[in-house]
Amino acid sequence: MGVDGIGARVPRKEDKRFITGKGRYTDDMTLPRMGFVAFVRSPYAHAKIQNIDASAAMEMPGVDAVLRGDELVADGIGNLICGWMIHSKDGTPMKMGAWSALATDTVRFVGQAVAMVVADTYAQARDAAEAVMVDWEELPAVTTTAEALAPGAPQIHPECAGNLIYDWEIGDQAATDAAIENAAHVTKIDITNNRLVPNPMEPRAAVADYDGAEEHFTLWTTSQNPHTARLVLSAFYNIAPEHKLRVIAPDVGGGFGSKIYVYPEEVACLWAAKKVGRPVKWVSDRTEAFLTDAHGRDHTTTAELAFDADNRITGFRVNTTANLGAYMSLFSSAVPTYLYATLLSGQYAMPAIYANVKTVYTNTTPVDAYRGAGRPEATYVVERIMEVAARELGLDPIELRRKNFVTEFPHQTPVIMCYDAGDYDASVRAAQDAIDYAGFPARKAEAASRGKLRGIGVSCYIEACGIAPSKAVGSLGAGVGLWESAEVRVNPVGTIEVLTGSHSHGQGHETTFAQLVAERLGVGIDTVQIVHGDTDKVQFGMGTYGSRSGAVGMSAISKALDKVEAKAKKIAAHLMEAAETDIVVEGGAFKVAGTDKQLSMTEVALAAYTAHNLPDGMEPGLKEGAFYDPTNFTFPAGCYICEVEIDPDTGKTEVVNFVAADDFGRIINPMIVEGQVHGGLAQGIGQALLEGCVYDADSGQLTTASFQDYCMPRADDLPSFKVMTTETICPGNPLGIKGCGEAGAIGSPPALINALTDALGTEDLSMPATAEKVWRLAQAARAPMAAE
Amino acid sequence: MYATNYHRAGSVDEAAGLLAGNDEAKVLAGGQTLIPTMKQRLAAPTDVVDISRIEALRGIEKSGDAYVIKAGTRHADVAGDAGLKADIPGLAALAGKIGDPHVRHRGTIGGSIANNDPAADYPAGMLALGATIVTNKREIAADEFFAGLFETALEEDEIVTAVRVPVPAKSAYSKFPNPASRYAMAGVFVAKFADGSVRVAATGAGADGVFRIPEMESALASNWSPEAVAGIAVDASGLLGDIHGSAEYRANLVTVMAKRAVAAA
Repeated sequence: MGVDGIGARVPRKEDKRFITGKGRYTDDMTLPRMGFVAFVRSPYAHAKIQNIDASAAMEMPGVDAVLRGDELVADGIGNLICGWMIHSKDGTPMKMGAWSALATDTVRFVGQAVAMVVADTYAQARDAAEAVMVDWEELPAVTTTAEALAPGAPQIHPECAGNLIYDWEIGDQAATDAAIENAAHVTKIDITNNRLVPNPMEPRAAVADYDGAEEHFTLWTTSQNPHTARLVLSAFYNIAPEHKLRVIAPDVGGGFGSKIYVYPEEVACLWAAKKVGRPVKWVSDRTEAFLTDAHGRDHTTTAELAFDADNRITGFRVNTTANLGAYMSLFSSAVPTYLYATLLSGQYAMPAIYANVKTVYTNTTPVDAYRGAGRPEATYVVERIMEVAARELGLDPIELRRKNFVTEFPHQTPVIMCYDAGDYDASVRAAQDAIDYAGFPARKAEAASRGKLRGIGVSCYIEACGIAPSKAVGSLGAGVGLWESAEVRVNPVGTIEVLTGSHSHGQGHETTFAQLVAERLGVGIDTVQIVHGDTDKVQFGMGTYGSRSGAVGMSAISKALDKVEAKAKKIAAHLMEAAETDIVVEGGAFKVAGTDKQLSMTEVALAAYTAHNLPDGMEPGLKEGAFYDPTNFTFPAGCYICEVEIDPDTGKTEVVNFVAADDFGRIINPMIVEGQVHGGLAQGIGQALLEGCVYDADSGQLTTASFQDYCMPRADDLPSFKVMTTETICPGNPLGIKGCGEAGAIGSPPALINALTDALGTEDLSMPATAEKVWRLAQAARAPMAAE
Repeated sequence: MYATNYHRAGSVDEAAGLLAGNDEAKVLAGGQTLIPTMKQRLAAPTDVVDISRIEALRGIEKSGDAYVIKAGTRHADVAGDAGLKADIPGLAALAGKIGDPHVRHRGTIGGSIANNDPAADYPAGMLALGATIVTNKREIAADEFFAGLFETALEEDEIVTAVRVPVPAKSAYSKFPNPASRYAMAGVFVAKFADGSVRVAATGAGADGVFRIPEMESALASNWSPEAVAGIAVDASGLLGDIHGSAEYRANLVTVMAKRAVAAA
């Protein structure tokens, strides 16, 4: 390993500009003659639009235009789409309701845009938006899947009778039913995965420009995948052909999934820039972010886990209903199906699994992938039911898990996934040692002496990253391939630019990707520039989500580096009159093995570009590209153990100890990986203890639409984490990487709830485990103790 | 934010003059409630009268058996004042737990009590300490000052200039913060005075804002111990209930916070 190479704790190159306020975000872009956009949004969860009167707004100072949905439709702008086709078990395709960027006749959630104002200043646009008079006819609204599926429920989309989008299944129903029928023991749980708001620090934003002479659009936007955005904007929304549309995602302040999707606002801004004839900017305020950023989770599930007399799992039956909100967002259909039910085997050998998933429209904000996307929901079901089963069977929860672990690889599960490598027991042992598992009873007794209820909970998660290969996901309904591209350009002076289709919005790619180059070519990371986020610079890419940028994005870079290295070696061998096979790369130089002959990268690069003395027939230049399509998902896995202390007088939970032992395969930068785990744990603990959307059942208003009411985790809510890694190399990609971006959020919620339910002696606790919920259970737990 | 007229007052009299006859004007002190509310377009004053630059409104002085805290004094200054920490430790501790460091370095005691947010901390301290609210027109006992949710005895052009807080024998504040906003879900201030009398006030929980708890006061007057209040529950029917906590839960918190405040005093 070089100083800056694989495995080095290199400080992040990008942090200097971020922490000195020099980042360049979408809202930093200012164009001449730029107008500002404010959207007119629905105050109702479900209503007909009778009339939109913009006459008063048009008279207000600085107002350039008030644009409506019927104009947008008339201009041929296409409806927003969901890009992953799911078929119901009866073979019928999912029932997707039409979603226009500006509503034309009906609104289906609070905050849906019905018109937009373009004005000279943002304040003028906001004032005018309030002056747009909309005649609404309020309709009955539903916010939960149970209400939406009830007979006589309000019909949300004409295309989707009964609000049931699809009724999908996976696995072997007969074998699973038989296993449950014949089981020595069956554990059954009813479980809810609470709806979350992603809340990246930077709200969404768009700056759209139209060049009438070139008939060319440019969009600066807060996107995790600018190329996919361009593809969708071109192919489905009819903004412009791809060569007439440039999408730039500059510095982006967090995404967590919520910035994967193309939203109505970007579509409307592009359309408006041409319509009004001036560049326009829209920046979401925090309220708009709560109301319109795609939410996450929102599942209700019944699960039954069957065991034989030897406590080995024989079957797992899962029924889940997922709330997709008012419209089907870009990847929403895949989240509760192929990103969820395919992980229901957990870390365990399960002979039979059957899952039935229903997805439902409601009058709520659309739901799509949010950090973990389906795998947190699967892990919550699997790891809660394992813990409950252990308690019912009177076994140590770790021993029950250990008994059922998959130990031989590759392991084909009954639900598509084929686990390639892992050592689950190694993670468990590491976590047990770190938390002093054996010492827990003494700590519990000590806590009791202080009047506190202490509990311990385990979660052994597995997840799937780098969703792939393209052929396989295509056969499952994906509308795109899930490979990645890269280009490595060695400049004549030997400095290196790497163009990647991945997008960094907090992950530190500018550092880790440069470390890969440093490792391979022996150069310092300061001579490497990572270029991303601009469709005019990078030819194509699939962006960053599903913890794919290491396993897929860096593998593409590695392939391109193979080609660069091969060509450079040929040049070096030619110049030094040595055999190509004798050339080795060391410390930024090409050396003839066993001699003192060497050429620096600069010398080889310069030779490639002067082309004065290249091998016969070789093209000049030193620039290579590669596309990498993985052969399989990767399977990060680990063991999290959490210890909580409850103050029974108030219900306040303190997370007193949290250990995370993760297997992410090969790690490029341990410091960045630890940061990713810390962030994921914060979000997972947030989900378990604090966060949760509340909708008013009657009006469909989002009650938790600000940080006053939506509780984000803060530093003082969290313990000092103990994080560590165990390592099995991923055999599926050239670097052995598995992915680390989501694990913390996937694995931690069940660990928290298992610890709380251990402390309270009841399973009847839902997320978020608020102080009041815990207090009520603590009172009940204390009552029998007092009676003893 | 809607358009508004900004005035920077050089004196309290000037500020009062700007407020007189204009019921759409608002006083801007630390701005920790008013500015966010205006930014969210939930408040639209025609005029904002900024009193934050008036030096005469800053400072903490001991005067006999009481402290005079000028209205423009920041929470951080109250929290860090050596005299208050020694003599009225409950009040200094209360100020040190308001909001976050940004809020504590901008927000003022006068602004907080004039706003009388039902979940703000200072009203509990003022009421339990039997403070006197000094304005540009008169002096008002804390018992008369706080008049319901965001309501006070202040008139339209009346500006809080100081609070006068008697030094108690013992004082403490205990709060259970709302996990999201960090305002009080229940905060209880207890004060015991040299004459043996006790005052107890709770914030964050009352449906009409801050309130005293006479049962706890008399119990503590005869037995100053956490056990004295452990069995006293406030009536949940007069308490707030929302998505963060039911009235019943808040009633429990009031008792628990009262116990803890007495234990800490």
